[in-house]
Amino acid sequence: MTPTQLEAESQPAAVTAGSGKRVVNDFSIQVATVNGSGSQSANSVLLRSIFRMGVPVSGKNLFPSNIAGLPTWYTIRVNKDGWVARKTEIDLLIAMNPETAREDVLSMKAGGAVIYDEGLKLNELRSDLVFYSVPFDQLTVATGAEAKLRKLIKNMVYVGIAAQLLSIDMQSVEATVRKQFAKKAKAAELNLNAVRVGFDYAKSTLAKQDPLVVEPMTGANATEGKIIIDGNAAAAMGAMFAGVTVVGWYPITPSSSVVENLIDLMKKYRVEKDGKSTFAIVQAEDELAAIGMVLGAGWAGARAMTASSGPGLSLMAEFAGLGYYAELPGVIFDIQRTGPSTGLPTRTSQADLTFIAGLSHGDTKHVILLPGSVKECFDFGMECFEIAERMQTPVFMLSDLDLGMNNWMSEPFEYPEKPIARGKVLSAEELEKAGGFARYKDVDGDGIPYRTLPGTDHPLAAYFTRGSGHNEKALYSERPEDYEKNMLRLARKFETAKTLVPKPILEGTGTEKIGILAYGTSHWAVIESRDQLTRESKIETDYLRVRAYPFTQEVHDFVAKHDRVYIVEQNRDAQMQALLKVDLDPAQVTKLRSVLHFNGLPIDARSVTTIIAEAEGAAK
Amino acid sequence: MSTTPVTPAPKAPKLNRIGLQILDYRGGKTTLCAGCGHNAISERITEAFYEMGIKPERVMKMSGIGCSSKSPAYFMSRSFSFNSVHGRMPSVATGALLANKTMRSLAVSGDGDTASIGMGQFVHLMRRNVPMIYIIEDNGVYGLTKGQFSATADIGSKLKTGVVNDLPAIDICALAIQMGATFVGRSFSGDKKQLSAMLKAALSHQGTVLLDVISPCVTFNDHEGSTKSYKYMQEHEEEVGEVGFVPYFEDIAVEYDHDTTVEVKLHDGSHLRLRKIHEEYDPTDKVLAVKMLGESHDKGEVLTGVFYVNTQKPDFSTLLNMVDEPLATLPEERTRPGREVLDQLMEMHL
Repeated sequence: MTPTQLEAESQPAAVTAGSGKRVVNDFSIQVATVNGSGSQSANSVLLRSIFRMGVPVSGKNLFPSNIAGLPTWYTIRVNKDGWVARKTEIDLLIAMNPETAREDVLSMKAGGAVIYDEGLKLNELRSDLVFYSVPFDQLTVATGAEAKLRKLIKNMVYVGIAAQLLSIDMQSVEATVRKQFAKKAKAAELNLNAVRVGFDYAKSTLAKQDPLVVEPMTGANATEGKIIIDGNAAAAMGAMFAGVTVVGWYPITPSSSVVENLIDLMKKYRVEKDGKSTFAIVQAEDELAAIGMVLGAGWAGARAMTASSGPGLSLMAEFAGLGYYAELPGVIFDIQRTGPSTGLPTRTSQADLTFIAGLSHGDTKHVILLPGSVKECFDFGMECFEIAERMQTPVFMLSDLDLGMNNWMSEPFEYPEKPIARGKVLSAEELEKAGGFARYKDVDGDGIPYRTLPGTDHPLAAYFTRGSGHNEKALYSERPEDYEKNMLRLARKFETAKTLVPKPILEGTGTEKIGILAYGTSHWAVIESRDQLTRESKIETDYLRVRAYPFTQEVHDFVAKHDRVYIVEQNRDAQMQALLKVDLDPAQVTKLRSVLHFNGLPIDARSVTTIIAEAEGAAK
Repeated sequence: MSTTPVTPAPKAPKLNRIGLQILDYRGGKTTLCAGCGHNAISERITEAFYEMGIKPERVMKMSGIGCSSKSPAYFMSRSFSFNSVHGRMPSVATGALLANKTMRSLAVSGDGDTASIGMGQFVHLMRRNVPMIYIIEDNGVYGLTKGQFSATADIGSKLKTGVVNDLPAIDICALAIQMGATFVGRSFSGDKKQLSAMLKAALSHQGTVLLDVISPCVTFNDHEGSTKSYKYMQEHEEEVGEVGFVPYFEDIAVEYDHDTTVEVKLHDGSHLRLRKIHEEYDPTDKVLAVKMLGESHDKGEVLTGVFYVNTQKPDFSTLLNMVDEPLATLPEERTRPGREVLDQLMEMHL
């Protein structure tokens, strides 16, 4: 069989199910597999084939903290309106894992469809679902793949079955497979063949009984020109284009792929003609050393970063305080997972917020950027370095597992227009002209002092960096007035950060009584929820997406302008609300309400809608 | 004959190879106790950099927390100094060198800062052979917190309060050799000649230099029953070999007996001449060095000298294959890939 035959194959119009109603481009597919079975490629082909037809999608991997053998679920949401948050109901289940199949089927809502291995006899479990029985092993053997590849190839068979049943364009599937295996022509053929075997089987044997259909899309919500990427890959790109030169890291889920992506990128794009690197990436002995390297490098003038997650951040607390107090630039990406302690290493959360805001003992405040999209992972990934050097302080980017490791659509990223700025660094010439400098003196009134880099060739360039008490001249000091003055300057410097961080984004008329405030990945549930609130309960809302800490004036204004503000976040303790309470005028605090989601799964719109609608007294 | 006294012409200050005076290498006034071994070490460091003609602005002084770690404030004020956090200086020093590999790095730590709280980072610094000098001002006790034992205190040694240490000491030198340091020696703050020669040789080496310098704490650990006191050192120091150093800029051809002296050519062309005192002594033999250290410790001796030198093993900067210029100050055109790279990446994700 040749690929051209695939293209030539015409597909049947979807056979309408009992009700006669077709559900076009608005459903969820869940593939239940076993961790380590190699289903990732197949799921990616399924996702991208639909995306290639112009239809908005999102792909979320729910995986165990395990190498191989435990259950994994990959969910593809197909949605013509562009809603890409997690949807709790599954419309099509591809049950490949015998261990969870029963529970997976029982948890579906009536009317859904199930593709399953015939041996599992799932059709006996319920009568209110559509079942498609498939002899997977037999079909896999029929693909002609060698025995050792069959486990992988089996996954491509379900892609073919799903493609046929859902009317996914086979040209789109073929193009996706070819792109995915661009460097492995033989693997591409093997996989395409398996898709075909599944497709043919479905065509000849399975009668379409469910209403789910994918149809090509054009127009406003269509995906043409968009990319699909995960946040960690995007953040790595951001770091590279920011000109990062030193990276210290320690592997931890879900942040490892930030640096792994970065290593690949740097090897490709940051090695010079003579084979030498314009970077150093060091896998440290632990997170203490990782951030120590970052701060040492930042002190010596490099753009340096690390990426980690909860337990790693806990270890970094001591150094974070040093960075704040000794005023050292550095960038830390925290890809949040659920805590406390080891928590659920492969589940998402937004529960590091208050911890990071003051990471360290003593009076400490950190600048935090809060990306809500993969594009912002890229943009903020760059911006972090800019702010860190301008502010001479560690800057944290709080992403999360959902954003970092799942597949998101996005407009393509834009090349930075601003040249790289390195902050207030004095050269030997400038020192000569000024006749020296005082490292911690607030010359410009913005709290940000001037610094020199080690090696600056001037007898007055050197200063003594320390985490112990110091005066303006960086000399050791225990004098009460020196300490107080320095701490007040640091507070002033933190005020200056408000002029540098990304401002929040307002959606809505700005004149409603009810406000919603959210950040990070909660955004996707919130925008869909606002639509639900309007359509179902006629509740109109304004929405402010906060993108950084410290809070800028817009955040205060937003709360002041609304009667009630629902703060949507993915943690138990209403951490954003806690930070706001500290900053807001006490009279405003009573307006704050919480919408919390913290079971480790990405937040969904319905959860938000239910809480707000009920609180607002909407009829059920 | 006139009786009018003649005003002598002002004596020109003595200058080193690069035209600097010893004053240019001085630091702030020490706040350590009078008689503290650390002050003597600061003096030797000052002299070594002065004599080798190293510009202070080309030096990064790194330290952790403790009395020893304070000492970089008391020498070479024109050098860039970083007094970091307890036990974590190795990572900071590593990062700083990655940012600017053209700088020289001199680290001062203590036995607590290294062998207790700092063990994790210390061994990894050695393992990476980061090109820097790491001096441990080793007195076996915590000074700033008033005299608790550290992990280099010998078993059976006694605190002023009478408390006896019942845990074995970590031999930092044996550990450093096993972990991969490429220049390992021990000296004594009171041994001016040996320490000076070792420091100058250290400045000629490209790789991790670990110098464990016994530096008595006059306040908390210089009494009877201590194995880190001046008296104990005077009585128990055992040189493995006499350390001689011939800098690359003093091209003196001296005849020496190859049977009794080991000569090592260092990275900058200087020579380390080690006259054997111990019969078995061979500073290029790793296993032998560790064996000697163990045996001598068992005999109650404090072995000093250069135990191990390896000039072949590549240092960490070399392994990373970085460009010649400091990464820290590379221009934007070398650190930010062009527009076409982003276009290409976006195309891949379409």
